[in-house]
Amino acid sequence: MLLRHTPNEIKERSALTINPAKTCQPIGAMYAALGIHKCLPHSHGSQGCYAYHRSTLTRHYKEPVMAATSAFTEGASVFGGQANLLQSINNIFSVYEPDVIAVHTTCLSETIGDDIPQIIAKARDEGKIPAGKYVIHANTPSYVGTHVTGFANMVKGMVDYFAEANGHKEQWINIIPGYVEPCDMEEIKRLTKELGVPSIMFPDTSEVLNGPQTGKFHMFPAGGVTTADLMRTGAAVGTVALGRLASGPAARALDTKCKVPCEILDLPIGLKATDIFIDTLRQIAGVTVPDAINLERGRLLDVITDMHQYFYGRKVALAGDPDQLISLTQFLVDLDMWPIHIVTGTPGKKFETRIKEITRESPYPVNVRAGGDMFLLHQWIRNERVDLMLGNTYMKYIARDEDIPLVRYGFPILDRIGHSYFPTVGYRGGLRLLEKILDALLDRKDRDAPEESFELVM
Amino acid sequence: MRKVAIYGKGGIGKSTTTQNTVAGLAEMGRKVMVVGCDPKADSTRLLLGGLAQKSVLDTLREEGEDVDLEDIRRTGFSGTVCVESGGPEPGVGCAGRGIITSINLLEQLGAYADSEHLDYAFYDVLGDVVCGGFAMPIREGKAQEIYIVVSGEMMAMYAANNICKGIVKFAEAGGVRLGGLICNSRNVDNEREMIEALAAKLGTQMIHFIPRDNMVQRAEINRKTVIEYDPTHSQADEYRTLARKIEANKMHVIPKPMSTDDLEKLLIEYGLAG
Repeated sequence: MLLRHTPNEIKERSALTINPAKTCQPIGAMYAALGIHKCLPHSHGSQGCYAYHRSTLTRHYKEPVMAATSAFTEGASVFGGQANLLQSINNIFSVYEPDVIAVHTTCLSETIGDDIPQIIAKARDEGKIPAGKYVIHANTPSYVGTHVTGFANMVKGMVDYFAEANGHKEQWINIIPGYVEPCDMEEIKRLTKELGVPSIMFPDTSEVLNGPQTGKFHMFPAGGVTTADLMRTGAAVGTVALGRLASGPAARALDTKCKVPCEILDLPIGLKATDIFIDTLRQIAGVTVPDAINLERGRLLDVITDMHQYFYGRKVALAGDPDQLISLTQFLVDLDMWPIHIVTGTPGKKFETRIKEITRESPYPVNVRAGGDMFLLHQWIRNERVDLMLGNTYMKYIARDEDIPLVRYGFPILDRIGHSYFPTVGYRGGLRLLEKILDALLDRKDRDAPEESFELVM
Repeated sequence: MRKVAIYGKGGIGKSTTTQNTVAGLAEMGRKVMVVGCDPKADSTRLLLGGLAQKSVLDTLREEGEDVDLEDIRRTGFSGTVCVESGGPEPGVGCAGRGIITSINLLEQLGAYADSEHLDYAFYDVLGDVVCGGFAMPIREGKAQEIYIVVSGEMMAMYAANNICKGIVKFAEAGGVRLGGLICNSRNVDNEREMIEALAAKLGTQMIHFIPRDNMVQRAEINRKTVIEYDPTHSQADEYRTLARKIEANKMHVIPKPMSTDDLEKLLIEYGLAG
């Protein structure tokens, strides 16, 4: 009973977050930057920030995460971090030879007000950036927004620094996949290819953070979008951005900078959101949906109907990131399950409105909070019990105390594998989600069933 | 739109000069926004007739992240748009970060958008360029033009020279330039000549010499700019002239800051000559 002190009575808190449902902006920025081919993320701040961000990513992906730091000391805090960053840029390009250094700020460098574009310009003037190499940046103070904001800011940085309009529209489209797993990005690419739509996806962490064991260490793995492709994004016929919060700012920046029109969709998690994604691509490319994709959809539908009795009427609690939660909630509602407690640590009023809209036919009162925490979620659960929880590893404390099955979903997952290899987007991803949800529900049923109704066939 | 930042030593009369000049520009039919970048939040008092404006940071603190432009903007004398950044009380928190936060917020909310039809945005910046936050108004894509308010007093000139050092750093990377020195007279001996010489050494101009006049004080007590309080007074014309000179100014330079020794020599030369 590690959380035995959580009281049932809910009091409005004016300050204090307990067990946050979010993490730092730079973690998202670092993850996004790893989705550029031969890019070294660089943390402009003290060493502790960078060590924490790297280790969180490593614990989630079980892969080495390469990054650099400006290693602020007291001196840098007083005099500004310019000297450290200039030295870093020089060292990194001469020792590690990346194509891109993606600088993100930290709370400290934000507060002292380091002006990163000015420092990058100075590095260029001083010849510290070799020809054909790039330094880009995103501002990521952790006291504003969350890891989702950091991801969005860095992806927007890619547009700000690279995208170029060439005066006419080419045939490809841009896909911004959102803050999803490397395998999800791979799956989105596969679906796009299956539909015959030429595309550039950015960022792309597949084969960066879910690569093979080859016995050799590569500082820069095979995956990632190239700088050449990033430049071409400005000439695309359109952008499909998945996830309003994570991908919206970059998509709108491309529209403003290069007049590339954008469609901002929900993450293609579950039946309905995937339908919209596929249909949008179909319309852009002017193709019919190939049989291979219809087959995948049919299978998902089949399992939904076959197992509907086990989904029906089950109450669910969710914690995670807004883009994911919106699609997940819709999927659960489509299965006739009832998501009743939904928390994200990322602020934004639109999220609450959207969730209320999706769950408006719920027979139970629905609790939703943007900018909430897991303590609040636990309190809600103690007041109105659920049959299932979906969320990251930190949810396991609630699951254990309340004896409720947990499906691990989201970021970070520190105690299981699979999330970086088996996608949850698209129809196949939907199938995997169903498998995980059913395993959790049916295992529980088997465990708790009295002898006379312990079923062989389910 | 021209974005102008006013710097200078604390207490030199930046806010007074800014507001009186802005009143002059507004009188000429220009649409001007004044952004006060001082935790004291007193940069728009004369334009608003003493109305204590709710600052951006107070609004942010009380209303959370969902702030509307109309929550933080007030309309002052002759249609001027007034914004105060605000910030912490002395001795706590980080005023510099406050400036960064509030300018970012104004940009996000579209305060500078074309649809606002602004001719000028004036940043009235606290004291000396001390930390990163106070340089925020002159970063890339923000103010392109700086005027330094100065007088013939040693410390004011010292501060002006120091500010020039800050400008050089941002001028090299971004587009910010020095438009000139505004001499807010303290009736120091040889003041006009001394500031003209300082301007020449810095590679710029003394754009205007504002004589000292008690009318400014009287208008301030009545919470008005001189132009509003007594439009016919000669001091009102001084500010009108400054407004016209800024409007017509084409001399935008990267300053050449002086060494302290050179600065002191200049002071001795002109100070003793009187």
